[in-house]
Amino acid sequence: MEDVLQIGGRQLKSRLLLGTGKFADHRQMKEAVEASQSEIVTVAVRRVDLNGSGQYILNDLPGDIALMPNTSGARTSEEAVRIARLAKAAGMGNWIKVEVISDQKYLLPDNSETLKTVEQLVEEGFEVFPYMSPDLTAGKRMAEAGAAAVMPLGAPIGSNMGIRMKDLIKVMVEEIDAPIIVDAGIGKPSQAAEAMEMGAAAVLVNTAIATAADPVAMARAFSHAVEAGRCAYLAEPGAQALQAAASSPLTGFLREDD
Amino acid sequence: MSFYHKYEKLKQIPFSAKFHEVTSMQVESALTKDMLTTADYFALLSPAAESYLEDMARLAHQKTVQHFGWTMQLFLPLYVSDYCVNTCKYCSFSVDNVFPRRRLTLSEVEKEAKAITEMGIEHVLLLSGESRIHSSISYLKEIMTVLSKYFSSVGIEIQPLDTTEYEELVESGIDGLTVYQEVYDEEVYRELHTKGPKRNYRYRLDTPERGCKAGMRSVNIGALLGLDDWRKESFIAGLHADYLQTKYLETEIGVSFPRMRPHAGSYQPKTDVTDKNLVQAMLALRLFIPRAGITLSTRESEFLRNQLIPLGVTKMSAASSTEVGGYSEPDNTQSQFEISDDRSVAAIRKLLYSKGYQPVMKDWQIIGAED
Repeated sequence: MEDVLQIGGRQLKSRLLLGTGKFADHRQMKEAVEASQSEIVTVAVRRVDLNGSGQYILNDLPGDIALMPNTSGARTSEEAVRIARLAKAAGMGNWIKVEVISDQKYLLPDNSETLKTVEQLVEEGFEVFPYMSPDLTAGKRMAEAGAAAVMPLGAPIGSNMGIRMKDLIKVMVEEIDAPIIVDAGIGKPSQAAEAMEMGAAAVLVNTAIATAADPVAMARAFSHAVEAGRCAYLAEPGAQALQAAASSPLTGFLREDD
Repeated sequence: MSFYHKYEKLKQIPFSAKFHEVTSMQVESALTKDMLTTADYFALLSPAAESYLEDMARLAHQKTVQHFGWTMQLFLPLYVSDYCVNTCKYCSFSVDNVFPRRRLTLSEVEKEAKAITEMGIEHVLLLSGESRIHSSISYLKEIMTVLSKYFSSVGIEIQPLDTTEYEELVESGIDGLTVYQEVYDEEVYRELHTKGPKRNYRYRLDTPERGCKAGMRSVNIGALLGLDDWRKESFIAGLHADYLQTKYLETEIGVSFPRMRPHAGSYQPKTDVTDKNLVQAMLALRLFIPRAGITLSTRESEFLRNQLIPLGVTKMSAASSTEVGGYSEPDNTQSQFEISDDRSVAAIRKLLYSKGYQPVMKDWQIIGAED
């Protein structure tokens, strides 16, 4: 059976989502998107020319790519909701990645404002993808409110530090009844593979690809890593053990007839 | 609590002696850290750090690309009035410089807006001389009814206002506040600002904080380099930025490094700030506050601006006119200062692409009040 990701009313073969904000130019961005085989890219609504004279990003993406506009720049739920509506009105579809960040020092998301936004936008018919700080309760509430997926950060955005929030994200993968997409902090393909092995439904990468010396080659590397990590997860790795099994079993004295 | 309380402690420091005491070991230690302390920042501004400029530049470049990507935001200043009530010895708009003053009418503002939009610019910084009569709140709000049709983001650089006044302007769609302390040294400040409301050091010092409280999305500060010892001034400006960013997490704090330029009047800069000094100040700030916005204006020369692009800068202006009405009818009035780099927006865009940077023309959306 083919392994596809059913999400927000779409079926995706690729489990790698790409951010677009940090590339040196749009040609390079387009080539990297193609090399990544990604089917979804996020685009900041604030960078899009909503009046449509079109010198901005949208014209420069591959034609068959689906958009996940994001509310980057929003500091409150109210702002995020308005940005989402503007995106929809401008014809950017009904997917929205919710980013509500009221901390400009570390750029960590505000989970309570994010949850409010999810509730509102789900009600308005959006497929909502909240970016959040890994937290089980907050993630559960977002899923219960109808989020299409929950997107915990692996580490602070732009940090390239990898899945520092590993244990918290694992708990979320186990307990939350919605796809978990690891967003932010992934700096290398091996870390993307790690997230996929943990059972993440997908990963979102921007900085690690856009700021690599060769973004196109790095996009390809991520594509392979995400696929490998997913295959490994499906193959169910054997249990890890630091020590070899004891040669004289500790419970060997127990006999069947006891 | 205000930054003034911090300043009162800072002014006790014998800066010149302390800067010369910094050793190369202290500089090297600062360069190995991910998060710098105040003492590390101080070390990076010292004479000892001058031998490490290349290392500082590499780190600053790397951090900037990591946090901001290969992007550069472009904006233009829009001068609406040159009426001013202050006497500042170093500025052409100073009330004692006699020239025909002018304030744009609404239709003239629209002409300027059109001219700027035609260059592809979506972010503007609205500037005026400091006059509560000529650049009144009601005038600014009236202007915003025009500007919000043309631009995605409008900031202001005008006379300092009260928190409630800033709130009114935020409501009208203005989202950024730029206010330079000019000089942080209180004594030098009094020498240079001889008359007018600007003489009130404390009111000006607390202005960025009032902007944060009023909900400005971005607040941009700086010291006008050349008015006093640049190391000390840069250090205090950096601490001011850090104070604001820590206290107002939701506001994007930015820092500029304006350097004295030729202007009308006879004031000569007190200290010479070389290109090397300017670079050191910028790099130290980038390493101290990795996510701070850093703005580079056309005050600097074409050559220098080309070289400064990869050193931590995140916003640039282009084709700037520092005259009232200067875009739709060039060369007819007094400019605030002489610009050094007069390349067009198209030329700056081309330059950025050639250096591997994506010019970002739009990075916000005025979302205004909903009906």
